[in-house]
Amino acid sequence: MKHFLLAAALILSAPAVMACETVTIGDLTIEHAWSKATIGAGRPGVFYVEITNAGSVDDALIGIATPAAGMPMLHETVVKDGIASMPHAMSIPVPADQNVQLSPGGYHGMLMGLTTALKEGASFPVTLSFEKAGEVTVNVDVLSLRAEGPDCADAVQ
Amino acid sequence: MLGVGAYRTRKQPTRSDLLPVPIGEMTWTLTDHLGRSVRPADWAGRPVMVFFGFTWCPDVCPTTLSDISLWLEELGADADRMIVALISVDPERDTPDVLADYVSNFDQRILGLTGSADEVAQAAADFRATYRRVAKDAGDYTMDHTAGVFLFHPDGRFVSIIDFHEDRRFAVPKIRRTLS
Ligand SMILES: [Cu+2]
Repeated sequence: MKHFLLAAALILSAPAVMACETVTIGDLTIEHAWSKATIGAGRPGVFYVEITNAGSVDDALIGIATPAAGMPMLHETVVKDGIASMPHAMSIPVPADQNVQLSPGGYHGMLMGLTTALKEGASFPVTLSFEKAGEVTVNVDVLSLRAEGPDCADAVQ
Repeated sequence: MLGVGAYRTRKQPTRSDLLPVPIGEMTWTLTDHLGRSVRPADWAGRPVMVFFGFTWCPDVCPTTLSDISLWLEELGADADRMIVALISVDPERDTPDVLADYVSNFDQRILGLTGSADEVAQAAADFRATYRRVAKDAGDYTMDHTAGVFLFHPDGRFVSIIDFHEDRRFAVPKIRRTLS
């Protein structure tokens, strides 16, 4: 992956303060991207983010890529009859004039094959691919394993 | 704007034929994250809160343990006598040492429990919990598992289940009812 060295440098030199970065592409706003620290690199990491579609055309998140993991996928946690499972989500709808959250207990990015353990305070880039808007990269803040969401000034908790 | 996917809605209460048996009628033996053997009789006279999960789980399990940690913080010293345990449904990977590392990230009152495959199966049967191994690529796997949090009165009676991601306004009073 061509951005690997740059990304590895970013991970190693990441500041402790949260970036709380907001990026836009077309009518989409992507913000509050966060992840949880992992114990070692053997366990999968997780990716959460909030996407707002201010436009009048439905879009969909169809994939994610990151130098931090060899096999990132979109998942949806489903609790049916009290049993939790995590099926693969082919795409996550981002309807016109709506706000969609990848958040604990719902849609999430599953980061399998981590290249390194995710350390609290670090950050790493994730590139989101949308069906219509195309690709956009956001920096993801790694919070503690206990975290329930980012502590950005404008974050929806 | 409408919020989509923020929190899943709660499911119906578990059917009564699938309720856990009283702690005193359970027959499992497990090992805690410090390597000590634990049996149901060790919990006699204590309120109990049990959750099934596994440490390779990135979403449901840390979220539930974060919720439990917040509930315990809100309850403060009132919950000190409570037995709070995560029972691993993935004993192949979740050894006592692995569990020790994991539970150290959450409220210190949370115990990690594991055992042999048969021991875990017996515990799940007693709690009427289910789990299933789901194969993924390259020999990797994940686990589907019962996501609710089981509550028991100090006399061992099953009280209720806190469903996944249940609002703290409902969860904390449910727990409080087991502490008296
Ligand atoms: Cu997942």
